[in-house]
Amino acid sequence: MQVIFRTSYDQDIDHLVDRGEKYRILAAIALALIAPLLVGSYLLSELAIFLVYILAGLGLMVLTGFSGQVSFGHAAFLGIGAYAHSIFLGYGIPFVVSLPMAGLLSGAIGAALGRAVSRMHGFYLAIATLAFAIVVETVIGEWEQVTGGHMGMQVPALSVFGLELGESWQQYYLILAVVIFFIWGVANLMRSPTGRAMVAVRDSEASARSLGLDTARTKILAFFISALITGVAGGLLAHLLFYLAPESFGVQDSLRLLLMIIVGGLGTITGAVFGAVFVTVLPNIIGVLKQILPDTVANAPGLEQLLFGAIIAGFIIFEPEGLYGRWRKLRLFFETYPYYKKSTFVRQKRYLKTERFR
Amino acid sequence: MSELIVENLNLSFGGIKAINDVSFTVEAGDIYAIIGPNGAGKSTIFNAISRIYTPDSGSIRYRGQELLERAAHQVVDLGIARTFQNIELFEKATVLENLLVGRSSKIRTNWISEFFFTRNVRKEERVHRRKTEEVLDLLNMQQYRYERVSDLAYGARKNVELARALCAEPEILLLDEPASGLNPEETTDMSFWLKDIKEELGVTIVMVEHDMSLVGRIADRCMALANGAVLAVGSVAEVQSDPHVQAAYLGQVAA
Repeated sequence: MQVIFRTSYDQDIDHLVDRGEKYRILAAIALALIAPLLVGSYLLSELAIFLVYILAGLGLMVLTGFSGQVSFGHAAFLGIGAYAHSIFLGYGIPFVVSLPMAGLLSGAIGAALGRAVSRMHGFYLAIATLAFAIVVETVIGEWEQVTGGHMGMQVPALSVFGLELGESWQQYYLILAVVIFFIWGVANLMRSPTGRAMVAVRDSEASARSLGLDTARTKILAFFISALITGVAGGLLAHLLFYLAPESFGVQDSLRLLLMIIVGGLGTITGAVFGAVFVTVLPNIIGVLKQILPDTVANAPGLEQLLFGAIIAGFIIFEPEGLYGRWRKLRLFFETYPYYKKSTFVRQKRYLKTERFR
Repeated sequence: MSELIVENLNLSFGGIKAINDVSFTVEAGDIYAIIGPNGAGKSTIFNAISRIYTPDSGSIRYRGQELLERAAHQVVDLGIARTFQNIELFEKATVLENLLVGRSSKIRTNWISEFFFTRNVRKEERVHRRKTEEVLDLLNMQQYRYERVSDLAYGARKNVELARALCAEPEILLLDEPASGLNPEETTDMSFWLKDIKEELGVTIVMVEHDMSLVGRIADRCMALANGAVLAVGSVAEVQSDPHVQAAYLGQVAA
């Protein structure tokens, strides 16, 4: 087992002090960089969608995983970002301005929502965000002059500084760069006062306030950053969808985002990545399964939803820490072999009355 | 000089009068104990001072500043930090992160510079870490530094909460039952630390406590409450021998 002997505060502050973790992440980035050489253009566009899901999941992770504010309507920000970006492009605004503008618009709407719900918790917050998503979907559907309504809307071609990026590998690299930028930024936030303030608001609002944190402000900021990141993800997603329709950003997509970060592991950046693997790989596995299964089962309606739901229920019951939690356990098993003991991760005694009901 | 002056404080929850016309004064550098049976209103006074509850009437002044004009998150700026009876720590964070949140009132960076982690943010982070280090050393908690709070035993959590309050560099500490749930050895440690905090850091301490041996060992002054009203104020011995206090704890002698 590796023990890090720290000799300066910078070792506490720096990213990736653990050597194994550093190599794994560098390997993942290297793999992502050479992926266009390894796979065909169909698989590459699937990979691009996977990257966009990472980004959207990262946005929701800031709000739900780090700040503890559940959102049942995050696909709305995906939609706001996608439509705003396409509309701005339609007015001839260049990509490098349009994407940040779409993100900021989404962030501003998120902050307004955050202001409205900053005193809500639990069920009430879930219902408020769900209602918000339904309103956004309806507005997009009805505002025909701007969004094309339910007829849909063509997304302008992707070009950066006058350079048309038509090939899927070009788009892939662009998306990869944006995703890495935001992962880096969120990782920075999480080692800074703002990230700790979010965690503080998540775990105990009363003591966060008594230590000098303006909890309402922290929540609004979390909504802003979260909606901004998800909005940017929406803008990128627009180019992969080619054609936008309000139904692409419905309640089911919101739920998929939420399920993604729960399965991946709440409260970690890695969890967002693992969750994105889950939601992009699973439909393909189900597709393969369908060919093996007898026709009556394979063609039964709702098979995908059933499997999705069953897996999520399984995670919530058996592995609330998600795939990332499972991975940490596996790693500790090998690091401490043969001394691994299951009880390391068993939840300690509950001391607080409120905890007993969790 | 009087640090904290509470005057004619009244607070009720619906029909129940939790605090009834309570006045008291805490002098700088004292350890001031508040005792009383369950439901006497001790914690309610703390929650009124830290602005979690808003009293119906009265005033709470700290060095001439009216606390009731401030929001809950602005109280610590004056140098007032507190702990909670039921331990309100950030469970899924490490001890170090908990203590760093204790530095919240001293943060001078904004989220945009933190997103890019500018050199200034790193410089500030180092300063905050050095300050928390001093507190970790004072309370002898280095071994818990990277532990998650949810993995700690009850006694250790109590100390983390005290440490977190100290990280705010307070001038006055409000401790809600610092020794509850601690074993006799841990309670002895706690009494030494509280004395250290008072004498070395010059921090005034107001504490709610049931453990009369601890109160007797360290408190300079003591106030007894029952049913939201003050029964007696004075030295610990005076308060303990007060007939009203004895009646509140033990019941009236049958006539």
